[in-house]
Amino acid sequence: MERIVLPQIENLNQIDVYLANQGFEAAKKAFTLSSDDIIDQVKKSGLRGRGGAAFLTGLKWSFMPKSNDKPKYLCINGDESEPGSFKDRQIFEFNPFQLIEGAIITCYAIGAKVAYLYIRGEYHKWIKLMQNAVDVSYERGFLGEKMKETFGTNFSCELFIHKGAGAYICGEESSLMNSIEGKRGYPRVKPPFPAQFGLWGNPTTINNVETITNIPPIIRNGWEWFSKIGAPKHPGTILFGVSGHVNRPGVYELPSGTLLIEIIDKYAGGVIGGKKIKCVIPGGSSMPPLRGDQLEGVRMDAESLKEAGSAIGTGGIMVMDEDTNLLDVLIRISHFYHHESCGQCTPCREGTGWMEKTLKRIKAGLGTSKDLDLLCDVASHIEGNTICALGDAAAWPVKFMITRFRDEFEKYVNNNVQIPVPNKVHSMRNTAIPLANLEKN
Amino acid sequence: MKFTFTEENLKKIEAIRKKYPTSLAAVMPVIYIAQEQNGYISEEVMEEIANVLSIDKVNVLSVVTFYTMYHTKPMGKYHVQVCTNVSCILRGAYEIFDSVKKKLGIDHMQVTEDGKFSLEEVECMGACGGAPMIAINEDYFENLTKEKVEEILDSLK
Ligand SMILES: Cc1cc2nc3c(=O)[nH]c(=O)nc-3n(C[C@H](O)[C@H](O)[C@H](O)COP(=O)(O)O)c2cc1C
Ligand code: SF4
Ligand code: FES
Repeated sequence: MERIVLPQIENLNQIDVYLANQGFEAAKKAFTLSSDDIIDQVKKSGLRGRGGAAFLTGLKWSFMPKSNDKPKYLCINGDESEPGSFKDRQIFEFNPFQLIEGAIITCYAIGAKVAYLYIRGEYHKWIKLMQNAVDVSYERGFLGEKMKETFGTNFSCELFIHKGAGAYICGEESSLMNSIEGKRGYPRVKPPFPAQFGLWGNPTTINNVETITNIPPIIRNGWEWFSKIGAPKHPGTILFGVSGHVNRPGVYELPSGTLLIEIIDKYAGGVIGGKKIKCVIPGGSSMPPLRGDQLEGVRMDAESLKEAGSAIGTGGIMVMDEDTNLLDVLIRISHFYHHESCGQCTPCREGTGWMEKTLKRIKAGLGTSKDLDLLCDVASHIEGNTICALGDAAAWPVKFMITRFRDEFEKYVNNNVQIPVPNKVHSMRNTAIPLANLEKN
Repeated sequence: MKFTFTEENLKKIEAIRKKYPTSLAAVMPVIYIAQEQNGYISEEVMEEIANVLSIDKVNVLSVVTFYTMYHTKPMGKYHVQVCTNVSCILRGAYEIFDSVKKKLGIDHMQVTEDGKFSLEEVECMGACGGAPMIAINEDYFENLTKEKVEEILDSLK
């Protein structure tokens, strides 16, 4: 199997090795094409975003205005904070120059002169590795003014790394832009979309790290080649991060559409102790969990997972064996979303806290069957009623975990004690600063 | 206590400002520089950041209080972060968290009396394949057992 994003080439993270393996040849080729040609090729390749929503990358790029009256920006999303996801860090460590080359081609295609690479603050080590690669690229004339000479073109662009500081919400695209602007990471109301009103109000495109790393091979080998890999409607390879109760957890680059069971059994070495699987979350903790008996025939691409009742998300596969206490897992997931809610919308701020409290009450042996219905009801009132998709991300695990594992959750609530749930809980994130103070900027 | 940036850090700040079209945008990296120099972000530090960037202090305050990696009080020399998100708890993270709590005698966001250690229960660190994991200051330690964590903590001077 061919690896596109993480090729098995030793020391590929050194520029000379990268250059010896067709490095920056795609960029050279790109500069002989028009930006429309490149966008067209990416569209035809069928590449879909690897950041969670699997949106068509070429289509997203085509939303960027053609006029040059305002500066345009590219943001590369390396916030990687979705629980269960640990793939972009492999790119920072093992193939940083392909990411940089992808950034150059993308900037050229959308007409951006500046790209910001947003990396989560906890990734100190990987930020250093990436910064090194960026510095070397500047020195060797692959970024900045010197590009013009290197590539014999009149285009040049800058790439800056912006270090996050611990906030899951900053992975949401509009929150990420506020964070780069030096503000609290509050998601913005959409529309207007980033292609119209992004960084500092200018046209902006946001793509995931893995998405951008796929660009050079597409330009080098052509869209037809790419479109034939894996599942036709969601082509290419995907970095699957497998964690939880498996023998060989890790990141596996495989064609999209690979059987979920095959990834778990063949690549991740099967479940520890040969136990049965109770539950799998296939795309990071925000995606609907699947029952062990729902996994047969499920393929890891956007369409198949949708059909199976879940979503591809970030491709982070969390495997839970038959002995897992799902109430504990769900409490932990709900705590996470409550903690990370930015507090702007009432359904998300209050609802996430309410769900966590109700689940903890069940854990304390004080729950009833009605609480399970209540949880699903609260979840359904959050879903679709918030500014950003964190609301849905908080609602789905609760709604689907309880409906799909109702029998197990009934077990936890056989105690008929009734205590009313207090409905006044607040986001744990400090939201003491009035919004009005921020709007000055 | 009055806080001023070192000459070297002022130069770094100048370089950072060139990456962004507004000086407000430099606030996050500048807070990091201040935290590295001072250990934590006090009122005086915020004032000086606002000064250096010619922005309102409330802008600094609002950013400092939003992001969990900025600290408004001193942390230990070794800031121990234990991930207890899903992939990690499936592989025993709560046991590790409990044993670290017991060994250091402190809880979430507390500091030992001698100022050597502080402890934080953190969300997923993007190392789920190496669960359970902890981070100490900037370094990740993965595929841990209680014993290994003990060894690591004992090795810190
Ligand atoms: C709460 C939340 C967190 C997100 N976190 C990330 C993230 O860490 N990395 C990422 O690439 N996308 C993340 N996204 C998705 C981004 O908003 C955006 O869709 C994505 O970066 C677009 O890139 P793509 O089209 O290449 O997938 C998140 C979305 C939400 C709602
Ligand atoms: S849905 Fe939640 S995280 Fe998103 S903007 Fe609203 S309160 Fe903030
Ligand atoms: S769950 Fe602990 S690192 Fe991801």
